[in-house]
Amino acid sequence: MKNALRYIALGLLGLTAQAHAQVTEYRLDNGLKVIVKEDHRAPVVVSQLWYKIGSSYEYTGITGISHVLEHMMFKGTKDVPAGEFSRIVAANGGQENAFTGRDYTTYFETLSADRLEIALKLEADRMANLVLDPTEVKKETEVVKEERRLRTEDKPTGLLYEQFNAVAWRASPYQNPVIGWMNDLDNLKLADLAAWYRRWYSPGNATLVIAGDVQPEQVKALADKYFGPIPQVDLAPQKPFVEPPQVGITRVVVDVPAKQPYVMMGYKTPMVGSADQPWEPYALTVLAAILDGGASARLSKELVRDQGIAASAGAGYDAYSRLPGMFVLDGTPTADHDLGQIESALRQQIKRLQDEPVDPAELQRVIAQAVAQKVYEKDSLFYQAMQIGLLETVGLDWRLSEQELDRIKAVTPEQIQAVARKYLVDDNLTVAELKPKADTRPEDNKDA
Amino acid sequence: MRKSLIVWLGLLVWLPTATLAAPKIESWQTPNGAKVLFVPAPGLPMVDVRVVFDAGSARDGDKPGLATFANAVLSEGAGDWNADQLAEALESHGIQMGNGAERDMAWVSLRSLTDPAALTVAVNVMANVLARPHMAAADIDRIRGQMLVALKQSAQDPGTIARKRFWATLYGDHPYGHDPDGTEDALRLIDGPQLLAFHQRYYVANNAVVAIVGDLDRAKAEALAKDVTAKLPAGEHAPALPVPGRFAQTDASQRFPSSQTHVLIGQLGMARHDPDYFPLYVGNHVLGGSGLVSMLGEEVRNKRGLSYSVYSYFAPMRQVGPFVMGAQTRNDQADEAIGVMRDTLKAFIANGPGPDELKAAKQNLTGGFPLQIDSNKEIVQYIAMMGFYDLPLDWLDKLVSRIDAVTADQVKDAFARRVHPDDLLVVKVGNGAAERD
Repeated sequence: MKNALRYIALGLLGLTAQAHAQVTEYRLDNGLKVIVKEDHRAPVVVSQLWYKIGSSYEYTGITGISHVLEHMMFKGTKDVPAGEFSRIVAANGGQENAFTGRDYTTYFETLSADRLEIALKLEADRMANLVLDPTEVKKETEVVKEERRLRTEDKPTGLLYEQFNAVAWRASPYQNPVIGWMNDLDNLKLADLAAWYRRWYSPGNATLVIAGDVQPEQVKALADKYFGPIPQVDLAPQKPFVEPPQVGITRVVVDVPAKQPYVMMGYKTPMVGSADQPWEPYALTVLAAILDGGASARLSKELVRDQGIAASAGAGYDAYSRLPGMFVLDGTPTADHDLGQIESALRQQIKRLQDEPVDPAELQRVIAQAVAQKVYEKDSLFYQAMQIGLLETVGLDWRLSEQELDRIKAVTPEQIQAVARKYLVDDNLTVAELKPKADTRPEDNKDA
Repeated sequence: MRKSLIVWLGLLVWLPTATLAAPKIESWQTPNGAKVLFVPAPGLPMVDVRVVFDAGSARDGDKPGLATFANAVLSEGAGDWNADQLAEALESHGIQMGNGAERDMAWVSLRSLTDPAALTVAVNVMANVLARPHMAAADIDRIRGQMLVALKQSAQDPGTIARKRFWATLYGDHPYGHDPDGTEDALRLIDGPQLLAFHQRYYVANNAVVAIVGDLDRAKAEALAKDVTAKLPAGEHAPALPVPGRFAQTDASQRFPSSQTHVLIGQLGMARHDPDYFPLYVGNHVLGGSGLVSMLGEEVRNKRGLSYSVYSYFAPMRQVGPFVMGAQTRNDQADEAIGVMRDTLKAFIANGPGPDELKAAKQNLTGGFPLQIDSNKEIVQYIAMMGFYDLPLDWLDKLVSRIDAVTADQVKDAFARRVHPDDLLVVKVGNGAAERD
């Protein structure tokens, strides 16, 4: 494999005069994108390898396969037997793990900066040489089923979230849980995993993000040495996706043995890259902060403190996803209030955002927090690498993270009102209620 | 196969680990007696402050939840600000404030830009939150309601139920026995004068440690520490806690309508100042402290697929904290998992760590040391802990050599003396568990 690399030094992109905001980007001939963010505060490096694969690429029958494959990636290659990956990283003082989401599967190592080579050698090896052993597949699928029991089956709010997504989306693959439906896990085969691995694990479908006390030339040489020989694989283009329109509110009730009622509400919204106007996702971001940007924001001040309806209430919006997502609200009622009251209080908050422009002082607080956050986040190497990897992996440009603050500052009260009126409407709304019921079985039958 | 593995290891494991200077910790006392630990961190125009008090739930007395309650109400109005004004004052400058309480410690933390406009507000608010909370009736009732809701949420979570039962059974009437979240009965009865009395007794300078990490010089850090604690009375340090006795029962299981059974197995472990601290700490890293690489990870998860998470730890506290092994598994596999965990522990105690295992654990701990302290956020928590438990200022400098010095015999000897695999407390919570009340 030739060493010809397209090498682009992007230079200083810092918001303030911070010398460590140096980012370098290049692409190997086989399609692997490499992004290096220098940060010399501590002699440490974070390596994150992001694959464009996750539950939003799955379909009924194989849900959860991306996540099971993530687990299997620790189970050995022809040169590195099962478990050895973790042992080598640990013996070098490192930490490693992986996470799977709707739009990504990410493998990471945190190491002393002089050990970066270990991470790259091991990651390159398992990108190309994974061995799927039938016994290991069987055992690890059981581990994942235990993980599902832990996170979803036995967790009322986890179940609610799964049901919420399942009914909110008519066609979007965001309807499926990342961990997969139990039936699909029960029926997952080694051949399914092998095909999924061959299809999605290749240099052209991955982004390597390195953040820390490294030099870009050194990373370039290592990436070329270990990933360079891996052949390019042509990826089938993704079909375009459009969620069919919803008409009227969608509701679901989750009735499980629980103690504490809870409600979750979501409005379908566009994301960066797909919105009618480029400012809309940023207006939604600011709108979420007007509601839930700290203890001074409206949900804490009004629902929790003034009205005493909510023990807690929240709002959130993710501007960066591969497919359109949701603006989500949630609330836990106080003992003397019910789910109906908290839902109407949350909807009253949305109506007010539609009817009245936000107060400039509120907007100022949102911006002050965003400005400070841009400094605080530089205290975490891992977070800096995450931002870059996430943006690239959902099909955006990592430079958007550098532009975000300016986009937020540019949002006007009129724009916030406009997105509230356009997107936060009943025809985009799903409501999920957790209504606890007691475990009513007789005491001596509870073992059944 | 095996040959190529050896080639790999030879290439990949470079020894010795790179040496890293531990952060330079400066320490002094404020005029009214609070201990200060400071690490200058130039580079980012920000500062983290964490003020820790010996005011955790071990100080609850006969009112479980009192310490958490008193801590939670601090930021709901203080000095010249009610709860709304206080939040606005902080957030209009992008200042973040947090608080919480565990068994030993209660804390208030702050993160601010070093820009004087922000930092002046941050210090002023924090000084008042620590020393001049309003504890108004409406705010107290709101926090009480939130804490009661939190109790209900805990009651629907088998993992939390198991944890509470484990501590309650292990410690009985000892101040570590009840959960920091308290009980419904106690929370309903706690009133303003009780909260105020708790605050006046424990939120005092002689019972406080101030940890500061950020882009400040020593003079500015001294001024900051002095200003943050200026309104605190000198007061007195909290008294010593009693030594916990042996637990009264060995099974505290409970049925719960869940698909998994949560398993906790353990006994009393060690205190923060324990002569066996390093052998037990390093040994536990081999046993169950290093995730999938550990013996428990290998036996329970890798070999048998029984549990997603499996671990063991010693929680070193002011007094003797617990030693715990934990896992969660399908109800019908709970006893199998317990058997494997117990057998793994027994084998570890009988044989001690193998030379390769011990070496790998030490390499992970010492080589991973830079990762523990690579951000201001981690350093401020670490030095606050050091100040709270009166660890010497050279603790971090000597950490690597102390870990390296631990031998297999020391680990084996310490575990044999301190851990008793045939006399462990077992808590199962799930639908396979038989009730033991």
